[in-house]
Amino acid sequence: MDEATTGSRDTAFTPSYLRTAAGILRQRPDIAIGVLVIAVMVVLALFADLIAPYDPNRTSLLDSLMPMSAEHWLGTDSLGRDVLSRLIHGTRVSLQVGVFAVFSAAAVGTFLGLLAGYFRGIPDMIIMRLMDALISVPPIILAIALAAVLGGGVDNVVIALAVALLPTYARVMRSLVLVIRELDYVVSARVAGAGPLRIMIQHIAPNCLPSLVVLMTLNMGHAILAEASLSFLGIGITPPQAAWGAMVSDGYRYMLQDPSLSLIPGVCVIVAVLAFNLAGDGLRDLLDPRLKGQL
Amino acid sequence: MAGAGRPDPDLPEADAAPTLSVRGLSTEFRAGGRVRRVVDDVSFDVKRREILAFVGESGSGKSVTFLSVLRLIADPPGRIVDGSVLFDGEDLMTLDPKGARMRSIRGGGIGFVFQEPMTSLNPVLTIGRQIMESLRLHLDMGRREARARAAGLLSAVGIGDAERRLGAYPHEFSGGMRQRIMIAIAVACSPRLIIADEPTTALDVTTQAQILELLAGTVRDLGASLVLITHNLGIVARYADRINVMYAGRIVESGATDDVFADPRHPYTRALLDCVPRLGETRKLAPIAGQPPDAGTAFAHCPFLPRCARALPVCRTAPPPRLADVAPNHSAACHAAELPE
Repeated sequence: MDEATTGSRDTAFTPSYLRTAAGILRQRPDIAIGVLVIAVMVVLALFADLIAPYDPNRTSLLDSLMPMSAEHWLGTDSLGRDVLSRLIHGTRVSLQVGVFAVFSAAAVGTFLGLLAGYFRGIPDMIIMRLMDALISVPPIILAIALAAVLGGGVDNVVIALAVALLPTYARVMRSLVLVIRELDYVVSARVAGAGPLRIMIQHIAPNCLPSLVVLMTLNMGHAILAEASLSFLGIGITPPQAAWGAMVSDGYRYMLQDPSLSLIPGVCVIVAVLAFNLAGDGLRDLLDPRLKGQL
Repeated sequence: MAGAGRPDPDLPEADAAPTLSVRGLSTEFRAGGRVRRVVDDVSFDVKRREILAFVGESGSGKSVTFLSVLRLIADPPGRIVDGSVLFDGEDLMTLDPKGARMRSIRGGGIGFVFQEPMTSLNPVLTIGRQIMESLRLHLDMGRREARARAAGLLSAVGIGDAERRLGAYPHEFSGGMRQRIMIAIAVACSPRLIIADEPTTALDVTTQAQILELLAGTVRDLGASLVLITHNLGIVARYADRINVMYAGRIVESGATDDVFADPRHPYTRALLDCVPRLGETRKLAPIAGQPPDAGTAFAHCPFLPRCARALPVCRTAPPPRLADVAPNHSAACHAAELPE
């Protein structure tokens, strides 16, 4: 009966995601666009020093506020710095902040949510009331307050945004754990004699990953936007480091002479956030078992 | 798989100490300010090498009885209020339900096969890891040794190409094959007792037969005992040595399968047997009138009284009847048990 019920061996062991990846991208170009933009950003960020035509921080007052030209494709800013080079280096800041803030928030928040959801009772109450306290402060205000206390700079922006994002992860993780801990295979692991640690790490956590990956991708966009806001307000990345938000803010004073100084970094923020949202939405659809076969 | 069907009647070692001995087990749940006794004063033995069936409607307390035995009743809302459970002479009720000893009995001494093979395997782990988990947990095996043993178990439950299949995920298997894998996991550590909670309810009829043959054969090869929780009387007749019928949290009839089927003494057992269609019979099936009581309802009289076709005046006034012998190795909890048909 074995061969009859399992069907052909070769197809059974080819990972289905490899067989369908090409088909999905054909039917969902939005996902492809999002992923492509993110890939370009990653390349720019990794190799910023090689790609950028000029040193992003080299000032030259004689060349200030130059229009677009063959030498300076996107012109120069009020201090004569090459806008294209600063944009490329700004990509690095945006991605750095997005990735580090989201990953640290996810790591800590997921752990807290796992404890709260699994043990419930008193640990649940303590952890979730702390998260409620955090979430009751609007995230951008929280980040501003933290940035004001800690000062500017990439590290502190990351910490501020991670703290602001933390409660989301704790809450999402807790709600996932509450469902999964009652599922048959978790009960079955308990009946087979597995202890709490093993059940949490081996059986519950991996099953929460799909939802968390989607949330993290979407949050990456939020974090980039928040970093730009903080930098625009002057409490994020410290000058002269190039960051998109700070560039919008710098260019804003020369709006009438050269609106592109503000508009182009602004567009970069929009494109980056949009890319992460597209990728995140796409991932959610792909990972949602109810939509399997419809894509 | 050879020698399927009912084991030899002389195989169960009736005289040896029972593998599992439950006395006066009562489990309550608190819900909405009320206390509901879902398992009420249940006593039974599982003898060595025997297949014991538990039969009853949904909510009659079959599953809760065995979750209580494994100390897996969530407290709150549930609580085991009374009783002793001797497993191989060790009283499980005195153990810490979260302690190491209790954990080593779950999976190590007592294996469990669940009703839903489709959801009882973790979708993100390979089945190899899930089989090996229990081996490494209870037998302290190394990775390589556990892997070899897991492959052996897979072949033993009739899954070919076992080495390779260890790396496959649950969704790559059909329901019947998943139930085979569940059996492999349950028997991995050579437990003394296997509890199968409606192991074939979710499977189609042909697969049911294969799974039951496999289960019965595996249990016999291990020299273990099997508790078969089911509501399928056909399965009971074919596989079980003895049968316990549960109703409203109590055992209402208990005896050797042949005796109970030939001469049911409790009206509920009679009614259950009347619900089974038989080949070549043209009579109408007789469903049991009325509804089973809500789990945990407290009764001043026999809980089956509202649905009973043979109720006597004494049934309305006397407290719920207790199990009493009606024949050798056959007991029933009914005031009318001694009455002729």
